[in-house]
Amino acid sequence: MAKITYVEHNGTEHVIDVKTGLSVMEGAVKNNIPGIDADCGGACACATCHVYVDEAWLSKTGDRSAMEDSMLDFAEGVEPNSRLSCQIKVSDELDGLRVTMPESQH
Amino acid sequence: MSGSGGHVVIVGAGHAGGTAAALLRQYGFEGPITMVGDEPIPPYQRPPLSKAWLKGEADADSLALKPLEFYAENGIDFRPSVSATAIDRGSKTVTLSDGSSLAYEHLILATGARAIALPIPGADLKGILFLRTAAHAEALKATVGPGKTLAVVGGGYIGLEVAASGRALGAEVVVLEREARILARVACEALSDFFTGYHQKHGVRFELGASVTAFEGQDGHVTGVKLADGRIIACDAVVVGVGATPNDELARDAGLECARGVVVDLDARSVTDPAIFAIGDVAHRPMPIYDRMFRMESVPNALEQAKQAASAIVGKPRPAGECPWQWSDQYDLKLQIAGYAFDVDEVLIRGEPASGKFAVFHLKGDQVQSVEAINAPPEFMMGKLLILNRKPVDKAKLADTSVSMKEVTV
Repeated sequence: MAKITYVEHNGTEHVIDVKTGLSVMEGAVKNNIPGIDADCGGACACATCHVYVDEAWLSKTGDRSAMEDSMLDFAEGVEPNSRLSCQIKVSDELDGLRVTMPESQH
Repeated sequence: MSGSGGHVVIVGAGHAGGTAAALLRQYGFEGPITMVGDEPIPPYQRPPLSKAWLKGEADADSLALKPLEFYAENGIDFRPSVSATAIDRGSKTVTLSDGSSLAYEHLILATGARAIALPIPGADLKGILFLRTAAHAEALKATVGPGKTLAVVGGGYIGLEVAASGRALGAEVVVLEREARILARVACEALSDFFTGYHQKHGVRFELGASVTAFEGQDGHVTGVKLADGRIIACDAVVVGVGATPNDELARDAGLECARGVVVDLDARSVTDPAIFAIGDVAHRPMPIYDRMFRMESVPNALEQAKQAASAIVGKPRPAGECPWQWSDQYDLKLQIAGYAFDVDEVLIRGEPASGKFAVFHLKGDQVQSVEAINAPPEFMMGKLLILNRKPVDKAKLADTSVSMKEVTV
């Protein structure tokens, strides 16, 4: 279990306990958090689960996969800390993680 | 935005219905919501049924759109294993299969589509399966494995995904396709050839131009598929994937205008009755970028229309125009399709199919109507934008993989 803070584009925060093994995207979708649409359900096919990972957590969330990088290259508002949240697996290590959703998914 | 409202009844608890219920709450709707579904479980993702789930890489929990508790916690009265049998538009009530009835202010029809069965001898034998629901997938998973032969009738995307998963599970797989090539109705020849070759490399056998005339059986269980040329293809199970038909009878009986599916406007509202919406596979809807109306069977379409209906009910602005899209996973291939190939006068291939990474662009003049991208996310992502924005492309640049997809416009 890891406590994850999802911050909507307008600043609204949602603090959710997410089960280990789920993705950061699944934690949001199963709790009906606005701003993470995840149209493809985690197949890395749509880039609608784009988040900005809080700088302090970047080393723990790991690197983008090649497919993910390629999808993000064409998404809106991409920053160096952009990730597709379906590609970040939740572990105990990520307890306290903070992610923010981009305006385009608002 | 209106925070309260009268009773919303959602008929159908699939991807579209479940999403509409969740979005209504996300958008601040505070009125009562009832969702009825004819399956015993809450809304789940269907795409993994032919892919990750079939291969044992996903479980029931991960398929569920939301955990079961979500519905009660959010004031959504979810009624499983119940279907609607009639709509009385005058009194605004829906009659359910358990004899009860529900009064509604807004009614959302999300009844989906059902797999088409082949009306041929032997069609009721055991072991003849479809792939539409979790129960179907369960039956299929219990049947395929090493030493078994699976016959797939229909070389469309569902059939090919099942073929790939069947091979991953160790079964022999033969695909029987009526047309001269697989994906004949949905993809161009280059893509058909590519998928045929890729599946053959993975041990799938194809019978093309094969018209299925009967299923053969023993002791009530299927043992083979009979073709028009008299041959019998021996098998232990059959998956029939020859398309789906919309579950629009409820709407038709209630006098709502239907084509193949319930005819709706840009808010997913029935053109006959403003209190009724139809979303997902059951809707015949306008698609402004192609200046026509049609019915789609895809998750993105279900989600988009759930957004349209929920927005209209709470008085939120209509979502921005979308480019329809879909995807398919087979083996290590990721196919992403944007748009539909309407009014196409030229097909352009970017990249080398033999490399396993290429994209097929369908053009109308210098505009992209549709793109099929194999392991090619930039082509898909940019293609989707080009289709939506109607920006003209420079065909020479588009055909040249050394030019970035960001620089292919005129």
